[in-house]
Amino acid sequence: MTRDAGAKGLDARLVVRRPEFDLDLALAAEPGEVVALLGPNGAGKSTALRALAGLVAMPAGHIRLDGTDLRPLPAERRRVGMVFQDYLLFPHLSVLENVAFGPRCQGAGRRAARRRAGEWLERVGLAGYASARPRALSGGQAQRVALARALAVEPGLLLLDEPLAALDAHTRLEIRAALRRHLAGFAGAAVLVTHDPLDAMVLADRIVVVEDGRLVQEGTPAEVARRPRTDYVARLVGLNLYRGTAEGGTVVIGGTEGEHTLDTVDSLQGEVFLAFAPSSVALYRTRPDGSPRNLWRARVAAVERQGDRVRVRLAGPPFDAVADITPASVAELDLSEGSTIWAAVKATETHVYPA
Amino acid sequence: MFKRTSAAVLAASLALAAAGCGDTGDDTSSGGGGSKTLTVFAAASLTETFTALGKTFESAHPGVKVRFNFGGSDSLAQGITQGAPADVFASASPATMKTVTDAGDADGTPQVFTRNRLVIAVPPKDTGKVAKLADLSRSGLKVVLCAPTVPCGAAAKKALAAANVTVKPASEESDVKAVLTKVGLDEADAGLVYRTDAKAAAGKVKAIEFPESAKAVNDYPIVEVKKAPQGALAKQFIQLVLGAQGRAALTGAGFEAP
Amino acid sequence: MSRSSRPPWFLLLPALAGLVFLVLPLAGLLARAPWSTLGTRLGQGQVLEALRLSLVSATLSTGVCLLLGVPLAWVLARASFPGLGLVRALVTVPLVLPPVVGGVALLLALGRRGLVGAWLDSAFGITLPFTTAAVVIAETFVAMPFLVISVEGALRAADLRYEEAAATLGAGRWTIFRRVTLPLVAPGVAAGAVLCWARALGEFGATITFAGNFPGRTQTMPLAVYLALQNDPQAAIVLSLVLLAVSVAVLAAMRDRWVRT
Repeated sequence: MTRDAGAKGLDARLVVRRPEFDLDLALAAEPGEVVALLGPNGAGKSTALRALAGLVAMPAGHIRLDGTDLRPLPAERRRVGMVFQDYLLFPHLSVLENVAFGPRCQGAGRRAARRRAGEWLERVGLAGYASARPRALSGGQAQRVALARALAVEPGLLLLDEPLAALDAHTRLEIRAALRRHLAGFAGAAVLVTHDPLDAMVLADRIVVVEDGRLVQEGTPAEVARRPRTDYVARLVGLNLYRGTAEGGTVVIGGTEGEHTLDTVDSLQGEVFLAFAPSSVALYRTRPDGSPRNLWRARVAAVERQGDRVRVRLAGPPFDAVADITPASVAELDLSEGSTIWAAVKATETHVYPA
Repeated sequence: MFKRTSAAVLAASLALAAAGCGDTGDDTSSGGGGSKTLTVFAAASLTETFTALGKTFESAHPGVKVRFNFGGSDSLAQGITQGAPADVFASASPATMKTVTDAGDADGTPQVFTRNRLVIAVPPKDTGKVAKLADLSRSGLKVVLCAPTVPCGAAAKKALAAANVTVKPASEESDVKAVLTKVGLDEADAGLVYRTDAKAAAGKVKAIEFPESAKAVNDYPIVEVKKAPQGALAKQFIQLVLGAQGRAALTGAGFEAP
Repeated sequence: MSRSSRPPWFLLLPALAGLVFLVLPLAGLLARAPWSTLGTRLGQGQVLEALRLSLVSATLSTGVCLLLGVPLAWVLARASFPGLGLVRALVTVPLVLPPVVGGVALLLALGRRGLVGAWLDSAFGITLPFTTAAVVIAETFVAMPFLVISVEGALRAADLRYEEAAATLGAGRWTIFRRVTLPLVAPGVAAGAVLCWARALGEFGATITFAGNFPGRTQTMPLAVYLALQNDPQAAIVLSLVLLAVSVAVLAAMRDRWVRT
């Protein structure tokens, strides 16, 4: 451990015991890197963030930032900037005073602190709102002030707890782009908590997936999107995911009733994941001619409209899957819940990677 | 949060209202059924004596209940002039009695039935600092008197003036009991109180008689109230107070014969 | 609120009844006031002396209540230790205790022969009864619960996460308390202080018992009113009106300044 003492950036093992779950998470971030903690509600993402900020005690583990262990330090001495989910701007202070709060606490004089706060407000494009009260701001503006307030303490580590969750869909798009710019300009390590895969994909350099207080997958957004390793991630990125055993060009997966063999193009051996997109699943009323290799009969469990596509949930045996088809196909296939159809996926549409 | 608070306030006020409704106060309606109630307004210093005399009166007059209202003579007199239903008024000072007679609320001339005089009250753990009235003027001594506006204070003022003693009191208390409390707790070194009060508080304070108290003797007049609901009983009660039995009870409590 | 500005009858009727109930005694005072001699009565030195003493002592005791009561409220709202419920109940004791009993209790604790008072006397030569300090102490005793309860409620309702946000910005506990917690509960503190001041201003029983009654030193307006009531009810009415007018004026002014932020 001591060999990392001089390392820059964040290197942490977060351990928090809670009645509902135990959090035990190793987390690292280079200076300038944005790491997203992605996971379902109650997985311990926010607890991890609070542990980093010093708002919950850790019975074990460490938090090293640029070589200094933060764990023994109280929150106010960690130089960690945090943007809270609902921003928590002090309602009794003006926007400028909110941003100047941190510099003041760091010992800056009133005028110096205000000048610094003014610069930050300018950077987030809210210089005109310096004397406004937080309650007069829109959600997006409040988020930017919260960001400016967190950055004004010049933190070595920036923490963002669901920074976009409180915004409506339209504002969200805009603010996400702005946040991406500000994060890119931030020299320290940043950790972002979100349950929205899109936020994570857009904002983060690396994604850490947390389930039940444990790291279950880690990688660049592209890796995570392409090679999900849990059902949760597969659902998030919209892929059919199976675990199985590969042997040459085939993978044997455990279906709902016994095993089922699928043909693939990747040639691996041993424990693997197999993934394919719902859009690559073709559906037929009758057994198709020419017989694609991966063909199976399935029961239609549900038909849901999703945007301009229709998602069809197929129930096993042999295995569960989802398929995306066009509304026109639905009519052609005369799909209804409970009916039985033929489904096929080409070997070239499957993707196999080691488990 | 605001909603919850207001609900709590509402619940509390309803509870209070309910409690108020429950208290119908029907103990005042005991006049019916052949029994009669005699209402006596008497100075607070008469509490023990008159309560005993009331029992005597009740046993001599079966079916009669005597109800007392003890309090400061002034407030009692005010009550009577405002029309409070009293049969007898026994005051601790002729001056307050005068407000009743002046208002035309007295039936007949008030009669002085007893007298009270002042004593010096000192804490039970007597240090011998105070032996006579002139000692009260000593500096460093904490003396409490009744306020000049209440009878015991007026009497104290009169006695001190007659003895040519100047006292700088630490406090001018609202009544004798307050003076006794402070002396009894040893917060004050001395106070001027009625002899009867000192006697009632025997053990808690020590009483020192002083000759100048003769200059400020308090007369206690008693009278039947004009619109007395129980006029006949009122006259009989006044007779009891003025008679031998009344006198014995009063002197036993430390009062003097008029 | 947005539905209708007109209150429903089932609230309006009891509200009006309540208002009448509160205002009626005031009407009684006004009706019986000796208006013709008001001027000469007010000119008497004792009235102004008592008024001044009342205002000064009520303000001082409110100050003491703030100084001690706000931290006490914080402990009640935030700390957790065995016996907290008991402490909370103890804080409300002065509310249920008859003020005269409170006065006696103060004598027994802080009097010349009291638990602590005897030590104060022997060690420092300080005796509290019959002094203006005793008036302030008596008023503080009866008024403090109003402040504590009001501030504790505000602290409980306040969002703790603002304090966490302040901590992440580098604020120590004192800074958090001063710049975040206190401003957030300011309306509660203000309301508590107003209640506290009003209660102190009207304090009678504990004051007369613990501090006694001497013009210029311990005779506050309520004491003056009570003693005047013994032999000069009209003077008592005048004094009451003065107390009432001054307190209403002060409370209204404070409300305007504090409650409308």
